[in-house]
Amino acid sequence: MAGLHRLLPGVIALLWCSMSAAAELRDLYFGEALYQAHQGHWFDAIARLDSELGQHYGVDERPLDTLYFHLDHAEFAVGDFELSYRMHNRAGRAIQSVLEARVAPEVRNEAAWRLARIHFQKEQPVEALHALDRITGPVPARIRDEVAFLRAQVLIANGRFSEAIDILAGLRDADGLEHFVAYNRGIALYQTGRLKEAGAELARAGQAGGDAKGDQAMRDKANLVLGTRLLEAEDYAGAQTFLERVRLTGPFSNRALLSAGWAHAAQEEYERAIVPWSLLAQRNVTDRAVQEALLALPYAYGKLEVHGKAALLYGQALESFGNELTRLDTSIRSIREGRFLQALVREELAQDSDWVIKLRELPDAPETWYLTELIASHDFQQSLRNYLDLEDLRRRTAEWDGHLAAWEELVVKRRAYYEPLLPEIDRQFRFLDSRIKLRLEQRDHIFRRLQSMLVMPRPDLLITAPEREAREALAALEHAAAGDRHLRERATRLQGVLHWNIHTDYDHRLTTAHKRLLALDADIARLKTRYRAFIRTRQAATQSYQGYDDTLRQLRIRSRAAHARIEQLMARQGHLLESMAVEELDRRRVRLEEQQVKARFALADSYDRASRRQDTEGAAE
Amino acid sequence: MLSFVRTLMPWLLALTLSAPAVSAPASREQVKGLDEQVQDIKSEVLGIAAELSRLEEKLLYPSGTQLSLFVSLASDDTLRLDAVDIQVDGRDVAHHLYSFKELEALQQGGVQRIYSGNITAGTHELQVSIAGKAAGGSDYRLTTSASIEKDVGPKLVEIRIAGPASGQPGIDIRDW
Repeated sequence: MAGLHRLLPGVIALLWCSMSAAAELRDLYFGEALYQAHQGHWFDAIARLDSELGQHYGVDERPLDTLYFHLDHAEFAVGDFELSYRMHNRAGRAIQSVLEARVAPEVRNEAAWRLARIHFQKEQPVEALHALDRITGPVPARIRDEVAFLRAQVLIANGRFSEAIDILAGLRDADGLEHFVAYNRGIALYQTGRLKEAGAELARAGQAGGDAKGDQAMRDKANLVLGTRLLEAEDYAGAQTFLERVRLTGPFSNRALLSAGWAHAAQEEYERAIVPWSLLAQRNVTDRAVQEALLALPYAYGKLEVHGKAALLYGQALESFGNELTRLDTSIRSIREGRFLQALVREELAQDSDWVIKLRELPDAPETWYLTELIASHDFQQSLRNYLDLEDLRRRTAEWDGHLAAWEELVVKRRAYYEPLLPEIDRQFRFLDSRIKLRLEQRDHIFRRLQSMLVMPRPDLLITAPEREAREALAALEHAAAGDRHLRERATRLQGVLHWNIHTDYDHRLTTAHKRLLALDADIARLKTRYRAFIRTRQAATQSYQGYDDTLRQLRIRSRAAHARIEQLMARQGHLLESMAVEELDRRRVRLEEQQVKARFALADSYDRASRRQDTEGAAE
Repeated sequence: MLSFVRTLMPWLLALTLSAPAVSAPASREQVKGLDEQVQDIKSEVLGIAAELSRLEEKLLYPSGTQLSLFVSLASDDTLRLDAVDIQVDGRDVAHHLYSFKELEALQQGGVQRIYSGNITAGTHELQVSIAGKAAGGSDYRLTTSASIEKDVGPKLVEIRIAGPASGQPGIDIRDW
């Protein structure tokens, strides 16, 4: 079951990678969330996408928002990111809400599958099956195989092997799942007692194609499991065939070499057993299989009556076990002094995707060397990842404290800069504002008048200032020259000329007035732009320091409270990890002590046999 | 001899087929209990992060002056992008060297926000330079300039990069 769980993250990643590549990107911030997710930066990916989704649901016209085009994908992606960030509860709630919403059957079925996946990861196979049973009707083609594969896995976890076998039979050609399908089917067949078919299926899994790291590991695992099963069934020759297929460099090679040696030994082929065991005995002595080989190798030499060599090797094993017991004691002491946790949070591990492997090889950190198998266990990995996540959160919240302090200072400085300036700026603005309003009213007045003149011509309204002055002067002259007929006639004639000009030039004047109004409108448009820019800048000045105090204070309280809680949780999680590590090392210590006792007896026995043989040979001579 | 192998077999099988039984039931419960609490604190910290992000944008990059530049790669492109340099109005604003992980993330459709800053409303000159290796392993360098118009709202610009074999513009500056 634990092995099956480890397949899931890969499948998930594969799925949303293919989804993300399929559609043209319409929202840059969604793309940014994917960028973070593709690098495994789950926190940043979730924070970005959460923020985008929050903004999307806050807008009035959602179809106009760019995220609208990716909404289904984004909803599922955030659930996947949360799952990858081991936030099963939140991911489950998000998916449950999709299930309960009025959505298309395809979307609902995909949500049910995702919910089942979460339950399966949380080792809740019954709930996982219940979620899968909610799938009815069409399933999106791109997840059809994954849905069937998950159902098979869930059925296996529920002990319903026969149904799983049938489903897996239909998935033999599923793209990217071939190895997993064959392996799981083989295991399920074993569980139902169909040993021959199980062997054939595992043999198929052990020879499937693919050069990826995962494919090779899967082949090795299938061959190792099959080889070991055959060894158990006392089919030693068959076991050898499959055990020899396991690569010498992979993670299963030590166990395969040990089993291969026993397969030969069981057939009393001790010379051949020596080959894998010799190879294994030279490997890292912290590995269980290697420690076992240190005893198995002299055992084989003993069987070959080479008691001197056997005694020598038992002696070496004894020395090695003694050294390892000392190292275990050092490791336990080191863990109790807190160095294990220090090693876990080393920066170089955070940068490495193969951190689990690197963790086993850390220089100057003996406390990690004996923990290979412990580190591979589900509970320990979950606790370890939580510890690393907590360390990441601790760093973030500590950093935020600095940010918040800087922002508070920024607000204070802005306030100190703007507050003395703004009253004078506002005073000048009010003065300009009243003038602007006046001019705008004048413009509107002119506009209305010109519009009315299009319907009812009024040439008097378009006379120029000199004409007005001339007309007034002529009227005054006419009045003053009441007794001078000649002068009055001249004045009247000139008034007539003025009248003629005003009336005959009216159309031209009206056109010119409209043109000038248009020019004025262009100036007014510029004025309004400047006006609005000023208003925005003025508002921005106030908004740059007003209204932040409460938010900053609350965020600081929340961030510090979270930081304190993280430190508490880290202490508890760290203590748990240390306890698990010490328990494991104690177990290994007990095992080593047993092996030491065995080696001691076997050494004495080998010396006796060697001496007896020497005596016998001496007597014969 | 066979009896020796048989006594060994159960241990060998356990070694091969199962994960080590490291956790006693009590500690299993502890693991689960702590896991629930870790999930809760993650939720809380994500909530704070979201608020901080909104506050940061409001405080440092208000919409009236905000300029954000994003880098993406043309789909199915084989260009190995090494570095991107960006200038706005002749001033260096971003320089980024790409790690393998970042490049992979771009190739898988991710979009990198390379710069967030402030500019005034109006026309600005954007200059983008890239360096990388083309499909055949040859050096690939390119510089492109474009004018961008900053208006009242936040200005988002995508810089889409493509290799010489793609048949697309090497640097495509797109307004959003």
